[in-house]
Amino acid sequence: MLKISAAKLNDLFDAISAKQTLYIPVDREPNAAEFKKYESGMKLSASLNTIRSAKDFFFPQTENLADFKMNGKNIEVKDIREESEDFVIFGVRACDARSFGILDKVFLSEPVDSFYKNRRDHGTVVTMACTRPSETCFCTTFGIDPTVPEGDCAVFFDGENYFFLDRTEKGTKFVESISDMLEEGDASKLAEVQENARNIMKKLPLANLSTDSFGGDKLNELFDSDKWADLSEACIGCGTCTFVCPTCQCYDIRDFNTGREIKRFRCWDSCMYSDFTKMAHGNPRTSQLERFRQRFMHKLVYFPANNDGEFGCVGCGRCLSKCPISMNIVKVMKALEVK
Amino acid sequence: MNNDTLIPLIGVVTDIRQDTPDVKTFRVNALDGGKVFEHMPGQCAMLSIPGVGEGMFSITSSPTNKEFMEFSIKKCGCLTTWLHAMDVGQQITIRGPYGNYFPVETDLKGKDLLFIAGGIGLAPLRSVINYVRDNRANYGDVQIVYGSRSKDDLVDYQEIIDEWTADPNIQVNLTIDNPQDDWDGHVGFVPNYVKELNPSTNKTVLVCGPPIMIKFTLAGLKELGFTETQVYTTMELRMKCGVGKCGRCNIGNKYVCKDGPVFRFDQLDELPDEY
Repeated sequence: MLKISAAKLNDLFDAISAKQTLYIPVDREPNAAEFKKYESGMKLSASLNTIRSAKDFFFPQTENLADFKMNGKNIEVKDIREESEDFVIFGVRACDARSFGILDKVFLSEPVDSFYKNRRDHGTVVTMACTRPSETCFCTTFGIDPTVPEGDCAVFFDGENYFFLDRTEKGTKFVESISDMLEEGDASKLAEVQENARNIMKKLPLANLSTDSFGGDKLNELFDSDKWADLSEACIGCGTCTFVCPTCQCYDIRDFNTGREIKRFRCWDSCMYSDFTKMAHGNPRTSQLERFRQRFMHKLVYFPANNDGEFGCVGCGRCLSKCPISMNIVKVMKALEVK
Repeated sequence: MNNDTLIPLIGVVTDIRQDTPDVKTFRVNALDGGKVFEHMPGQCAMLSIPGVGEGMFSITSSPTNKEFMEFSIKKCGCLTTWLHAMDVGQQITIRGPYGNYFPVETDLKGKDLLFIAGGIGLAPLRSVINYVRDNRANYGDVQIVYGSRSKDDLVDYQEIIDEWTADPNIQVNLTIDNPQDDWDGHVGFVPNYVKELNPSTNKTVLVCGPPIMIKFTLAGLKELGFTETQVYTTMELRMKCGVGKCGRCNIGNKYVCKDGPVFRFDQLDELPDEY
């Protein structure tokens, strides 16, 4: 397997970033990593995952959809789309890598979202295998193996060397583009590292979380559950869970008048917000219970109903660590579980 | 790059008709005349004034109208107030068509049809009614029951009087909620009027109106012996994208913009009661 020694990793980053934009997770502060555009000397974060998910790369928090020039009664529409530049995201974890597949099902289904597809076509996802999952991790619940992540190219670290496994055509191209810096190496230690990680995972507090009680065929029984009242009671509707979630993809479209033209933006939105479904003549979801239920029903029932059973959660655990009232999808699943 | 449905086209308002005190019907053409796009009865379009807002409206004109599209719009919010303030010649942005449509070429073909509308709920049904009138041989009996608060609130009143009631192949039953000096027609709520009319249960029903009217009308139809599989309606929820991606207009796992807006009541019955 092709590898590079840990000491030479930054040389590799320098070489990649000389050809195309490279993003890597770096520590903003200890245990708070974020993806940053690589500049020489930046150090790859040792954190397990980034605070925000990696969805921004393909579905940014805000993006300009179109511009309008208003002139009396006339309107001119300006298509401001441009072909995205090629870029590499290095160090995406298995959970976020799976989330791209989930977002693909939304944005690449007909009619294809050209804004998303443009970035997806030009981005190469280089994933990194997890070696020490955290106690908020439950990706295995959704059939994800964090020791063998998806993505265009997977990278494995055995403590000394980074090994590269291309998994798509794009990944092969990526590995070829850096092949002069890589050398053939002995990957035998990797099996041990992976075994180690799998053993940790088996002992994690959420290791036995099951999806058996959920899925597209459980629609009415779960919707009508009397548990939603207790579960949602403390929810303050802040929307943090949706913003850190790698699979939440609801969006709003708003116009901004710059004085010279109107800019139309797409922004992340949250089904947890009170005005999400509010219309001039009424609102079908007036209580936080209904909005809370919508979010979890979408991930655990509606999404699988429409996507061959695939759940809209990847078990990254971000909502577990970020919810200000300590509510999260795991608690919801445990409460609704039919034993 | 391919066209993206989120990037709208331009339409121009070529005629404005004040239908009721709070409903205007806007005629929309492409910049070079003709229609901006083709549609089927029941489908919708996103109309916008950039900087003001964008909203989903049903296309009230029939696809058989080859010259223009029409939208009957009730003034009730920010965007609709702006639209009501427009003059002829104003350009708007338009994108679509969105959603499914009444099955005029399949399930409705050859059937006796009963249209039941309340207030602005006539707007989506008018597209079907005029489609059926223009393809009259394809359908059986046609009956229209339409009601509003008052005579002045009957949308498209002139077309109803001049064309629909004059058409010997259509039965039109109008009603208003309260008695009025210049009204010698029926007085009373739509659901009760439908029961009084006691229509044949052979008919396939298309109903649209305020939720409360739909609810009681459906209950009344069931009392008369109709089943949910015979009754179609069209829904409305807040929408941003129109193509099932912005996550806003779902009822259960169905998106009103993409899987609807037209549903049969037995289909709605399988979904959670959240509308």
